[in-house]
Amino acid sequence: MPLIKNGRVVADRYVHVLDDAPPPDGIPVIIPAARFLADAAEILHHDASVGVAWPNDRRVAELAPYLDRLALVALVFPTFKDGRAYSQARLLRERYGFRGELRATGQILRDQFMFLVRAGFDVLDVAKPGDVDAFPSALKRYTVFYQAAGEGRTSAARLRLARSSVPITRGPEFATSSELGASLAGRVSR
Amino acid sequence: MYIYDEFDRTLVAERVAEFRDQVGRRISGELTEDEFKPLRLMNGVYLQLHAYMLRIAIPYGTLSSRQLRMLAHVGRRYDRNYGHFTTRQNIQFNWIKLEDLPDAMADLASAGLHGMQTSGNCVRNITTDQWSGVAPDEIEDARIWAELLRQHTTLHPEFSFLPRKFKIAVTAAAQDRAAVKVHDIGLRLHRNGAGETGFEVLVGGGLGRTPFIAKSIRPFLPKRDVLSYVEAILRVYNQFARRDNLYKSRIKILVHDLGAEAFAREVEAEWQHIKDGPLALDPAVVAEIAARFRYPEYARLDDDPPELTQLRKADRRFDAWLCNAVTNHKVPGYAIVTLSLKPEGGAPGDATSDQMDAIADLADRYSFGEIRVGHDQNLAFPHVAQRDLPELWRALDAVGVATPNVGLVSDIIACPGLDYCSLANARAIPVAQELTRRFRDLDLARDLGRLHINISGCINACGHHHVGHIGILGVEKNGEEFYQITLAGRADERAELGTLLGPAVPYAKVADVVEEVVAAYVELRERPNETFIETVKRLGVEPFKERVYATH
Amino acid sequence: MTSPLEQKLKVTGPVVITANRLGDGAVVYRTRDGNWSTRLDDAAVVSTAPAARELLAGAVADGLSAVGAYVAPVQIGPDGRPEPGNLRERIRCTGPTVRCGAPAVAPAITIGL
Repeated sequence: MPLIKNGRVVADRYVHVLDDAPPPDGIPVIIPAARFLADAAEILHHDASVGVAWPNDRRVAELAPYLDRLALVALVFPTFKDGRAYSQARLLRERYGFRGELRATGQILRDQFMFLVRAGFDVLDVAKPGDVDAFPSALKRYTVFYQAAGEGRTSAARLRLARSSVPITRGPEFATSSELGASLAGRVSR
Repeated sequence: MYIYDEFDRTLVAERVAEFRDQVGRRISGELTEDEFKPLRLMNGVYLQLHAYMLRIAIPYGTLSSRQLRMLAHVGRRYDRNYGHFTTRQNIQFNWIKLEDLPDAMADLASAGLHGMQTSGNCVRNITTDQWSGVAPDEIEDARIWAELLRQHTTLHPEFSFLPRKFKIAVTAAAQDRAAVKVHDIGLRLHRNGAGETGFEVLVGGGLGRTPFIAKSIRPFLPKRDVLSYVEAILRVYNQFARRDNLYKSRIKILVHDLGAEAFAREVEAEWQHIKDGPLALDPAVVAEIAARFRYPEYARLDDDPPELTQLRKADRRFDAWLCNAVTNHKVPGYAIVTLSLKPEGGAPGDATSDQMDAIADLADRYSFGEIRVGHDQNLAFPHVAQRDLPELWRALDAVGVATPNVGLVSDIIACPGLDYCSLANARAIPVAQELTRRFRDLDLARDLGRLHINISGCINACGHHHVGHIGILGVEKNGEEFYQITLAGRADERAELGTLLGPAVPYAKVADVVEEVVAAYVELRERPNETFIETVKRLGVEPFKERVYATH
Repeated sequence: MTSPLEQKLKVTGPVVITANRLGDGAVVYRTRDGNWSTRLDDAAVVSTAPAARELLAGAVADGLSAVGAYVAPVQIGPDGRPEPGNLRERIRCTGPTVRCGAPAVAPAITIGL
């Protein structure tokens, strides 16, 4: 299924290693959680990027000790209605400071694009190829957000205060929507 | 009342645009029903027995006259000239076409109305006491906190795909008129021993298939922490509640399975990480929200003006209404007026578009343009000058909303039931209608005193039957409608679930049984002013059971 | 009157396939020629599970016109026409059993001055 990153379709550099086979040399790999945890030290010696596919019913705290050495974490939405991975994503980004690729997999549909980006996902494994083109407009659907979430957008509450008391200064805390769009892209491009 | 600014308006407008796009994609077939259903639910659009149903949010039950006129317009233009006020302070229209919905929602948006948080697995309308801001016994206006939470939970990126719906209620008075103990989260504003104001936090209350009274997990939470604490609860719920079984997915099951202490520990552990982060409430943010709640410029008036006392003596009907539907106000010379939407033979909580327009006009004249919706399915005018009560009464009487039965036996709370709802097993409205006919005698109703009858057409309990003084639950047996009766439930600060009276009775017998229960109460009460609930608590259900089932 | 959402496909008498029309939510019935009609008279009536399953499959596949298709019981009336087979279907067919909206305002009852 197509991957969207920065609003564009990109090829998947990663290979999913599903069995006990050793990760192929020089190729970025995604390892399932159970195998990774059983064998982390060994796997992290791999000579290319390592990613983990983490199930949505396991605490991401277990992954925390390894995050500085992981290039990617793939979280899963078994159905789009199962929203556990939104919490996992926010914890990974905001609690544990994960800066690598956070990939949303599973039933990823266009009406969730905005939620996914706001929760901190920077790569979406889209379920319907036809939804890819909807990505830019999906992100522009809303310009006002009541909550400040991890992606750096400022909340309506702070914007109101800024408007009423202090002149809006340029900078991450008080950026306008379009600047936020730019900073979002800036944060995710690696 | 809360004044929308351009942020609020923009969000609602963007929501309308998004929904218009989604409806278009559904009608063209680009979206299947499975994909579309959760999206339409996020806008309060249900599919019921005969048609789509639109549920419109009335945040904490507060409406402006302009908004009420818009609801009247929607009823006229897109529906069948009436709407139904619900037990969560919302309004429902039962005949809206999908094709018309984008336009209807655009019309609603122009008055700051929308269907967000009225359906789907998200945080729902946050309800409060319908007398907030004017009740003499409140500590402060609970709606400010409801609004803060409303904004925080609207289209929340992390909590829009919860295991199930999530309902929060806030109260700020010793007498709980918001039923916080039967909500997923109940927040009770109170003063602690040191005189500080904060929240008691209760979780895991709820009715339905497995009813529970909420457990207190935090006796005192400073106001500054309410957003972060609620966030912590939601995060624990979102991650750990069951998703495999629809009937086990509410937070009450998680709290029950883990135990309240273990659940509280999970919440506290999560909360420790976030309590001092961006969700800690800046007093400036709270003040900004509070400032956009406008209160009227009350005149300096005296209590009990002569016009009032004169008419009370001269007109028994007026006096009856005054004693029943009018309650004390914070401000001298003013009153809170309840508009009964429970006329004899009526469907509880229904109002026609004509009535809504008339009520909006009266609100402009007598209530500073403000109306409240209660979870008892009645309306209220929160700011009426006592000297205006005679004129107002005559006008309300002409509109059909001055039946002096507020809180009495014929002030029945009922869900739409099998006449409308695809989840129902039995009808609720005709049962309510028949009961209002049986108890049409207002002298009798006054003599019986406070007596809450709640009727649900199925176990989902939208009529809150578990917490009715007399609770009636419709079930299906062999293709026929039967009704289980419970006694002695209560929804207030002493919330309790009702006790089953006995075997279910058929549709044709329900009104007879209720009359017998009431007759038993009259016989058994210690003194005329011992209320029904007090009598049942004192004697238990047995004496009632004997009388009812002896003759059946 | 158990919600059809929990229904297992068990056919013990005449049944029809019913759903709600996509555009306006109106109650509709599946006809023999693969269309939808708001009139129960036009409905295809079948009496075996395989026939019901086939009719239902066709209805479900036609998700553009109608949603939530399911198997509903009917009775055959004395004139040979299908009638709703339970209270829920009767209400769906003919509408709510209660009058819409609030009743006309009754004249004030004077209790006595």
